[in-house]
Amino acid sequence: MATTEVAAPPRGSRGRGRIGGVAPAFWLFVGPFLAGLVIFVYVPIIWSVILSFSRGQNTVTPGDWVGLDNYIDLLKPGPFLDSLVTFTVFAAFIVPLTFALALGLAMLLNRIRFMRTFFRSVFFLPTACSYVVASLVWKLSIFNGVRFGLANTVLGWFGVDNIAWLATTDPPWYWLVIVTVRLWLQLGFYMILFIAGLQRIPRDLYEAADVDGAGRGWQTFRYITFPQLRPTSVAVLLLLLINAYQAFDEFFNLLGNSSFARPPLVYLYYTAQGNQDYGHGTAGAVILALLIMIVTLAQGRIFGFGRAE
Amino acid sequence: MEERGIERRQVLRGLGLGAAGLAAGPLLAACGEGSSGLSNSGGDGSKAALNVWYHQYGEAGTQQAVERYAKEYDKAAVKVQWTPGDYTSKLNSGLLSTSGPDVFESTPNIDQVKSGQIVPLDDIIADVKSDYTEADIKSSTVDGKIYMIKMVDDMGVLYYRKSLLAKAGIKPPTTIDELIAASKALNTKDQKGLFIGNDAGVTPAFGGGSLLGQILWSVGSDYLTADNKPGFTSAEAKQSFAKMRELFNSKSILLGSPTDWWDPSSFTQGLAAMQWCGLWAMPGIQKAVGDDFGVVPWPAFSASVGKPSTFAGGWGAMVSAKAKNVDAAKAYIKWLWIENVKNQEDFNLSYGFHVPPRKSLAAKASKLQSGPAADALKIFNDYAVAGNPAWTPKMNSAYADAATAIVRKGADIDASIATAEKAVNAELKRLYG
Repeated sequence: MATTEVAAPPRGSRGRGRIGGVAPAFWLFVGPFLAGLVIFVYVPIIWSVILSFSRGQNTVTPGDWVGLDNYIDLLKPGPFLDSLVTFTVFAAFIVPLTFALALGLAMLLNRIRFMRTFFRSVFFLPTACSYVVASLVWKLSIFNGVRFGLANTVLGWFGVDNIAWLATTDPPWYWLVIVTVRLWLQLGFYMILFIAGLQRIPRDLYEAADVDGAGRGWQTFRYITFPQLRPTSVAVLLLLLINAYQAFDEFFNLLGNSSFARPPLVYLYYTAQGNQDYGHGTAGAVILALLIMIVTLAQGRIFGFGRAE
Repeated sequence: MEERGIERRQVLRGLGLGAAGLAAGPLLAACGEGSSGLSNSGGDGSKAALNVWYHQYGEAGTQQAVERYAKEYDKAAVKVQWTPGDYTSKLNSGLLSTSGPDVFESTPNIDQVKSGQIVPLDDIIADVKSDYTEADIKSSTVDGKIYMIKMVDDMGVLYYRKSLLAKAGIKPPTTIDELIAASKALNTKDQKGLFIGNDAGVTPAFGGGSLLGQILWSVGSDYLTADNKPGFTSAEAKQSFAKMRELFNSKSILLGSPTDWWDPSSFTQGLAAMQWCGLWAMPGIQKAVGDDFGVVPWPAFSASVGKPSTFAGGWGAMVSAKAKNVDAAKAYIKWLWIENVKNQEDFNLSYGFHVPPRKSLAAKASKLQSGPAADALKIFNDYAVAGNPAWTPKMNSAYADAATAIVRKGADIDASIATAEKAVNAELKRLYG
């Protein structure tokens, strides 16, 4: 959800008198942004909350009130709760994996002395790729189920039979496709965050550790690097988790409306746009928004995210 | 300054759009593509402007064809919107807004009628109603009123390569067991036995779920019974699901193909020896493999239970209740899909093959008189099952979730069907009390 907050006007700092007072200048700069935020973010959110208490079948005009029925339906065992399980499985794969690999890559790239920019760019580039495009590349060329798919071609060299990656539920190969595509897409971004974090660690800490006889590898990482990276790590963890909650594009494009692997947003999309059941659709969206808020606040409490260092 | 004026107008227009959103509530619809809506006010003021929406037909030339028809019409300025990808979702949000379509292709369901999204078309079809098949009238009718003028009648057939079956010494399957046996017999390392879709025919997204009906029809059941009770819960239906799972687990069906069941490429490029596909693909298949193919319906469950089946699908023209000029929209549909026999024949038979909905036209369509096309037409006339407008998308989602879980994930049949039954019953209760 939009956590962006409108910054308070810089009272009495500098530049006073240029645009005839702070207030007009404030509104001049903030106004358009605020209007956009209200019209395209807050109004739809409020609209959704209101709509979630009505039937909303084939209409987005609130009316035909049903009280909490939509919420109760969704919270009974059923497809929506299943979708939360799917999300949990997905998050359990993708969050630690991205975290560890991004940190590892960042430390490697922070060390190397040659072609630094090149490697950083190479790893960062996939971030610029669209999820839809990447999903289609994964689905149609790398992990398609026939003999000329990249993965199957490679396996074919070793005499392994063609595997229908996305359709095989036992073992669930589709997770491999889903997880690798997101990993490829988001790894670079979190790597950059970690590199920035690493560069903020004062060098003299390492020198002091060296003098005190700390081992160069694991010991330094365990007692200097990792603790010093804490603010970055917490931010990365939080962003990864929220992103996982909002997983949509790759599931939608790779698996469609498959009841066995359908994260919350895909389920809600088909509920609202497919079944035209906007009542349940918006109720689910509200539940999801609340969940994300609670997790974010709890994580903030536990790890102290956003607190002054 | 000229430029600033324009800028201000754009800003005002943007604000107006926001205000319209507040008033009418098409906030979701704002996500749609912008080619309709604001831009159609200019030009010839005397003619009504009509936005006409189509999904993407796969065959080359179809888009140009509907654009040509639109140009030929002189009573209104018709703008065609051709939609690749997820047409249903786009249409659903379009129907909520005033910037959606005036005329669109789809099939009606009872919720669209109950919420007043679509307009009855009885007046334009009245004179020629008897020239449509019973199945088409049934799938067009809700509460005694007709809401759709059929443009194309579609059906599925099981295509098979004659030479491959002959080589394996097998006959075209007439029961599900024979189908599974044939699929296994034809299966090789690089060519699978059968292609029924990357979703195994049971997951309705991107045109999937092609066998959801046949699973039931092959045992003589249907989605809903004649008195609107769940029809998919019979013991035979459950047996049929078990067979579908057996087919899925046989490892002989093609999955993960770059194209899906509605595209003949997997069949023509030798990825599968048999494919469940639409009649529409027949010209492409003929071109690719010549005479080396035949068609049969989806087989009956067994020699004693059920009968062969296929779907009576296709698309029909409908009018949005939010159309700015409902009469002009109706007049366009009447001109094109009721009166204009030349264009109907062109659209049904010049690109992919469809059965022309007007019986008089289907009877004299020369392309459907011989060879596999004639076989297909006979299958259509004998075995096609019409859609039921009382079967809503929500019911279908619940049913398809069960089918997906059973066939693809190996879930418990009774439990999955019971879950779907509960959801469908809740829907039926909401609709009929």
